[in-house]
Amino acid sequence: MRKKKYPRIFNILPLLLPLLLSGCGSALMAPKGEIGSELKSLILTAFGLMLIVVIPVIVMTLLFAWRYRHSNLMAKYAPDWSHSNKIEVVVWLVPCVIIFFLAILTWKTSHSLDPHKPLADKEDTLEIQAVSLDWKWLFIYPEQGIATVNEVAFPVDTPVHFRVTSGSVMNSFMIPTLGSQIYAMAGMDNDVHLSANEKGIYPGRSTNFSGAGFAGMTFDAHVTSEQDFQAWVDKVRNANDDTLSFPDSYRQLAEPSEDVPVQYYSNVSPSLYKDIIDSFRYGDGGQGAHAGEHDEVAMSAEAAE
Amino acid sequence: MFGKLSLEAIPYHEPIIMVTAAVIGIVGAAVVGLITYYRKWGYLWSEWITSIDHKKLGIMYFLVALVMLIRGFADAIMMRSQQAIAAGGAEGYLPPEHYDQIFSAHGVIMIFFVAMPMVIGLMNLVVPLQIGARDVAFPFMNNLSFWLFAAGVILVNVSLVVGEFAKTGWLAYAPLSETAYSPGVGVDYWIWALQISGIGTTLTGINFFVTILKMRTKGMKLFRMPIFTWTALCTNVLIIASFPILTATIALLTLDRYLGMHFFTNDLGGNQMMYVNMIWAWGHPEVYILILPAFGVFSEVIATFSKKRLFGYNTMVWATVAITILSFMVWLHHFFTMGAGANVNAFFGIATMIIAIPTGVKIFNWLFTMYRGRVQFTSPVLWTLGFIITFTLGGMTGVMLAVPGANFVLHNSLFVIAHFHNVIIGGVVFGMMAGYAYWFPKAFGFKLDEKWGKRSFWCWLIGFYMAFMPLYVLSFYGAMRRMQSYENTSWQPLMIVAWVGAVIILLGILCTVIQLIVSIRDREKNADVTGDPWDARTLEWAVSSPPPYYNFAHLPEVNSIDHFWEMKKQEGFAAQAPTQYHDVHMPKNTAAGPIMGIISIVFGFALIWHIWWLAALSAAGMFVTFLMRIFNDDIDYHVPAAEVERIEREHHKRLEMQA
Repeated sequence: MRKKKYPRIFNILPLLLPLLLSGCGSALMAPKGEIGSELKSLILTAFGLMLIVVIPVIVMTLLFAWRYRHSNLMAKYAPDWSHSNKIEVVVWLVPCVIIFFLAILTWKTSHSLDPHKPLADKEDTLEIQAVSLDWKWLFIYPEQGIATVNEVAFPVDTPVHFRVTSGSVMNSFMIPTLGSQIYAMAGMDNDVHLSANEKGIYPGRSTNFSGAGFAGMTFDAHVTSEQDFQAWVDKVRNANDDTLSFPDSYRQLAEPSEDVPVQYYSNVSPSLYKDIIDSFRYGDGGQGAHAGEHDEVAMSAEAAE
Repeated sequence: MFGKLSLEAIPYHEPIIMVTAAVIGIVGAAVVGLITYYRKWGYLWSEWITSIDHKKLGIMYFLVALVMLIRGFADAIMMRSQQAIAAGGAEGYLPPEHYDQIFSAHGVIMIFFVAMPMVIGLMNLVVPLQIGARDVAFPFMNNLSFWLFAAGVILVNVSLVVGEFAKTGWLAYAPLSETAYSPGVGVDYWIWALQISGIGTTLTGINFFVTILKMRTKGMKLFRMPIFTWTALCTNVLIIASFPILTATIALLTLDRYLGMHFFTNDLGGNQMMYVNMIWAWGHPEVYILILPAFGVFSEVIATFSKKRLFGYNTMVWATVAITILSFMVWLHHFFTMGAGANVNAFFGIATMIIAIPTGVKIFNWLFTMYRGRVQFTSPVLWTLGFIITFTLGGMTGVMLAVPGANFVLHNSLFVIAHFHNVIIGGVVFGMMAGYAYWFPKAFGFKLDEKWGKRSFWCWLIGFYMAFMPLYVLSFYGAMRRMQSYENTSWQPLMIVAWVGAVIILLGILCTVIQLIVSIRDREKNADVTGDPWDARTLEWAVSSPPPYYNFAHLPEVNSIDHFWEMKKQEGFAAQAPTQYHDVHMPKNTAAGPIMGIISIVFGFALIWHIWWLAALSAAGMFVTFLMRIFNDDIDYHVPAAEVERIEREHHKRLEMQA
């Protein structure tokens, strides 16, 4: 009989492998959009660069501790040795070089992956306005003149310009499979550009804690073919005769509610998104009596920064 | 008459809270009963509560921190249990209004009432001894700081049974924390607990800054100070510079909530982005306030137990100073997703990464301290080795979060939770546990039990990895922080693994409690007779354990780094007993600190519940107490030379017997 080379406990190691590889097939490691793919390679590059220093540190920790253990009288002992120019140069230089490359990567990707940066010309881009409410997402399609709650749809391979604001507290708009998130803040007109290159239903949610109904503040993003998207738009248009406008029907919708089912509005007032932002801007406590009377453009989060 | 306070404020219908309250009540009554039975109230009052002795204050800080660690951990395991079961439509056992309070309380307690008092407690115990001083620069203020901190602790715990705690997360982001969205008293508890304890912290910062700069013994130049004292100095600079920002931010929120102002509201010109910027302008330096002293502990521990000088002392100091300065230039990395432009994000991302350079250098310095040393694997060393590996991994995930692009998908996810527990448990908690084991004999005169200490370490280490590695993985599947429940049942297995990890950490905490009990039982066997149980290097080990209340009969004169070590090498340990003793000038204990602390609890409570007359009365009470203290000239005395001689002779007799 062959002698076992390793203790039996190591038999469980192969079972742990799936845990390590479980990143594959996850939302961030199997992205379905251009931005998501670039973010994935960015994360992996940064991770790899840092392993250059992290792995030696871990090895050295275990090695030095063991080699220079108290009982090992064979090891050299130099109680007063506490300085070496060579070592000091290396320990400053190695992190500096890695951070230098990471800094270049950071500068480049901060610009190339800036959520405000359009992915295509305005004509080729679909605009969807997303409004976070307590505790649901309102999606307004200004070109199509429809609105939905907790469901958003757009065609595959089409750049989407999400304009994001809040009718309540701060939230954050995110569809993890597609990439970047952006804060939704009352009175602020924020935005993020995303696109999907594969059809499917991708979960989206608010990532920034916003109160009691936060856990259920989720929606599905339906990425479809161009025809299916048109069919979806028609479905919403013909679903009912509900009109969403400011302030009355909006106020009703904005009332706090949890785990809200999908809702469709076949008509929407063209100025709704602007009205919601403006309602926080003129000192009426968000009651909206004067909203729409002013022509000032909402302050963008970027300008405010 | 009682403002918003009525009997309805007590949550009778919440069985979890009521049982907890009953347990706290029974334990509290037992403690009070025992103190009364053994007639120890007088002793407690004159020797501890009114004490201005930095060593005793340090012990009290650490004791409160350990008690609050148990409270904060109870919150943690409740959250992990909730997330282990609330999947796929299951609501778990905690409704959102309860769950949201728990994660808010967990964060507040762990940072302000566990990590901070551990750090401040160690500074109190160690710094004056390391610099050869008899006390801190402002002993009364030190006592007052402790009691203001204790007042904050008590207010947070009162919120458990009277009213509610904040449901806003530990930083109470506006506008969620404004009256419009959080009308209850929860945020007010948060405000006053942090304001009162925060003022205590600011006073501590001033106190230790002045102490380190002005009270060093002869020859203790800045570049001869032990590294722990250096890190304490930098931490106190950070406290002085950053805590006023916290105080101001909370004050503005207070004006919004109490006087209807609009600093951070949604409308009337309020700006929530200002709140987020300001809270993190304090919040980021805060994490360095916690980690720098932990770095200091590791530096002392690794040099002592490697029986070797610390590698690269100057580098270590300059790296610490660099981190101190840089920590104020990176706050925006907590909210890259707010929508600032690419230039702003890139600047703050790169600034953040630059901090990794001095931190990396420190890690190499600890490694090269072991190199060609004789490393003893005592429990402080195990905590240090566990720290180096864990913290390096945490630093790596930190740099990943600092890349704005990556941050756009990792922000607010469990990745962030895993990252900061990675550095706070792996850095601050491990550091404080190392410091606890290392300096315990100095404080009490006997060593902690090693066997239970090591068990505690292994439980914490394994428990940490089991609890938080799954969270890194889950974040890649889109799992976010602060979710009371979630739809995706495929997350549940890893959530259960994380729960098991939390249970293992619980075992680690239990080991620490058992360790304390066993060590007290075996105190004769593990007694530290010499005052230098580890054959250590710095001045605190030159005095007896525990040190006499005046610390040093003669203030030592220092002429090198690790002066005590050099001294031992030159003349052997049997230092000559001095022949002549002098009177020692010492501050007197004072009741003003505890009285002001107690009144500040009433003050905070009255403001929380809008009991205006009581708030006015207690404010006046604090002011009068303060005036009485100011106009009291009888605040110091001289210990007669004969008394000093008697105490020192006893110590030398013990030393000789040992020899």
